Amino acid sequence: MKKDIILAGVGGQGILSIATVIGHAAIKENLYIKQAEVHGMSQRGGDVQSNLRISSEPIASDLIARGCADLIISLEPMEALRYLPFLAEEGWIVTNTTPFVNIPNYPDSEKLIAELKALPHVIMLDVDAIAKDAGSPRSSNIALLGACSSLLDIESEKLEAGIREIFARKGDAVVESNLAAFRAGRAAANR
Amino acid sequence: MKKKELLLGDEAIALGAINAGITGVYAYPGTPSTEITEYIQNSPVARERKIFCRWCTNEKTAMETALGVSYVGGRSIVCMKHVGMNVAADPFVNGAMAGAGGGLIVIVADDPSMHSSQGEQDTRFYGKFAFVPILEPSNQQEAYDMMEYGFRLSEERDIPVLMRVTTRMAHSRAVVEYEDVQAEARPMAFPKDPSSWILLPANSRRKYPKLIENYKGLEDVAAHSSYNRYFEGDDHSMGIIASGIGYNYLRENVGEDCRYPILKISQYPLPKALVCKMAAECKKILVIEEGQPFIEEQVAGVLPHETIVAGRLTGDLPRTGELNPDSVRAALGLEPHKLFAPAENVVPRPPALCQGCGHRDLYNALNEALAVYPDHKVFSDIGCYTLGALPPFWAINSCIDMGASITMAKGASDAGFFPAVAVIGDSTFAHSGITGLLDVANCNANVVVIISDNVTTGMTGGQDSAATGKLEQICMAVGIAPEHVNVVVPLPKNMEQIKELINREIAYNGPSVIISRRECIQTAKRHAAARKTNN
Repeated sequence: MKKDIILAGVGGQGILSIATVIGHAAIKENLYIKQAEVHGMSQRGGDVQSNLRISSEPIASDLIARGCADLIISLEPMEALRYLPFLAEEGWIVTNTTPFVNIPNYPDSEKLIAELKALPHVIMLDVDAIAKDAGSPRSSNIALLGACSSLLDIESEKLEAGIREIFARKGDAVVESNLAAFRAGRAAANR
Repeated sequence: MKKKELLLGDEAIALGAINAGITGVYAYPGTPSTEITEYIQNSPVARERKIFCRWCTNEKTAMETALGVSYVGGRSIVCMKHVGMNVAADPFVNGAMAGAGGGLIVIVADDPSMHSSQGEQDTRFYGKFAFVPILEPSNQQEAYDMMEYGFRLSEERDIPVLMRVTTRMAHSRAVVEYEDVQAEARPMAFPKDPSSWILLPANSRRKYPKLIENYKGLEDVAAHSSYNRYFEGDDHSMGIIASGIGYNYLRENVGEDCRYPILKISQYPLPKALVCKMAAECKKILVIEEGQPFIEEQVAGVLPHETIVAGRLTGDLPRTGELNPDSVRAALGLEPHKLFAPAENVVPRPPALCQGCGHRDLYNALNEALAVYPDHKVFSDIGCYTLGALPPFWAINSCIDMGASITMAKGASDAGFFPAVAVIGDSTFAHSGITGLLDVANCNANVVVIISDNVTTGMTGGQDSAATGKLEQICMAVGIAPEHVNVVVPLPKNMEQIKELINREIAYNGPSVIISRRECIQTAKRHAAARKTNN
């Protein structure tokens, strides 16, 4: 088993929490993990990404090679496209459709969505709306994790256990809210 | 029973240091090194063992304090980003001459590709310059293991040890296995030779040849170190030297069974014996190293001309920027992977000052106040507020190193420029601005210094700032007249008042300081949340 995943978004959207949950679950599965993160200056409203690699065999590189990512998970549609040259031919993009517009020259959103739609393996969801409908408006990142969970080759129970573990210190309400977002995201992607 | 944990490279280093029995960590925040100290600050074990972990004022004070720990026999680490080493270079280089009592490891995190830095300098050159051994881990487990190893090496060889990591080592997670046991702190002990830490010329002339002799011995240690490994290969048309994180990109492309001989380097001085072994059997040597061509230049200098040395200097690998699996793949002559073309509807998304940040309000006021001077220039500094150089502000004209805003403004003023305005953050001011302000005060220079005080070290994530609560006193103590040390609150409603003050101080022919103080909105949010939890 090997999954090379690029997580993308804008600083502050919560991509690292997605990576942390997958990481916890992968450890439970006794898989090898490498996860390169971005800290520092670019976190201030700039584009951020994390390279997450999980495998049943030892992993050498901390970074994913171009053309080799099995999955791009993005909290923002333009950020999903930014990493397109990293995607493998048979790889999937799972992305939020709600644009995060904090720059004056943000591309035309119809063209952006059309370009995404033209790709062979794409799941596009408004995870902000899904999280809100599930009563967890602050958990769109975890709703997105739910949406891509069937592509991860990790059992959902283990991902849910990861959610319980990493949000435990924030109290039961936060845990339940994130679990609800996760399940709603998963259900939406399966429809 | 061994424990397993998913750790950042920085965290693995911190845990290794705690378990090796350090008495303190000495550091100034700097990406990508910050998480080493933060891990120790948040570690219950470190708290229980009373390991010193408060932030230092700058890298030089950090390095010198650690020298004091070493002098009395304790183990400690010093952590900084690469440019911090420029600040700490004096005690680092001369500390190497003095030696080490208790083990001392200086950890420096380089930032090739300049993700959060103004330059891509390679710290290994400092190690060679100071004649100290260098450790360069390839993975998180090595980073952990090298702490105990490094302390022993430091103590046995009577010399500080330099550990060099790069962004992808510092900020990448992997599972680390370790025994959850902490070494006892070492008993107090003083240098055997009482003159060895007194670098009077007479003593130094005696010590310097010993330092050089010691370095030769360290090369022998490196040649036999388990962190440096020679892997035999059948195809001698090429040999590959790969160091640090570069070794991982090599393995990513060639797997565990490579037909070419490979020399993995994670400890320096560069072992010439192993390089010569490779040169004796290979026509060509490809050097894969993160950062500047440190090994490549040495290898090219050591070997006879018939050996072809390829790497960053020859263009086989890019001369600047980080390595990655793709650039290494191309250097190995392997077929590139098939790619999707870059998307059309993508534009850059540069970092920006947060909405609601006080730096924004300050720059709005400053831009308006300076609009009457058509060719105005503002000398600035390093921190979040450097983003004021970008649109929509275009508010600053320089950013060189920590503290240069004040001294550059003074230089411009000395040369006849008016109005000379400096903008510096509170943490940067504490780090390296105070001495410059003393120059300004002593010369009665016509400079307006604006300290944009967000009561924290913002860019690196909100660490304590050394001068919090003391800025006015410091400015007055170095000689700025009290009536020219003023405080404003950068909020839209105070625009007129701030502009008026800036104009008044520009009109005053002498040094003045304006402190523009409002807490960083990121730390303010965090503090509000913490108060809510506590109530």
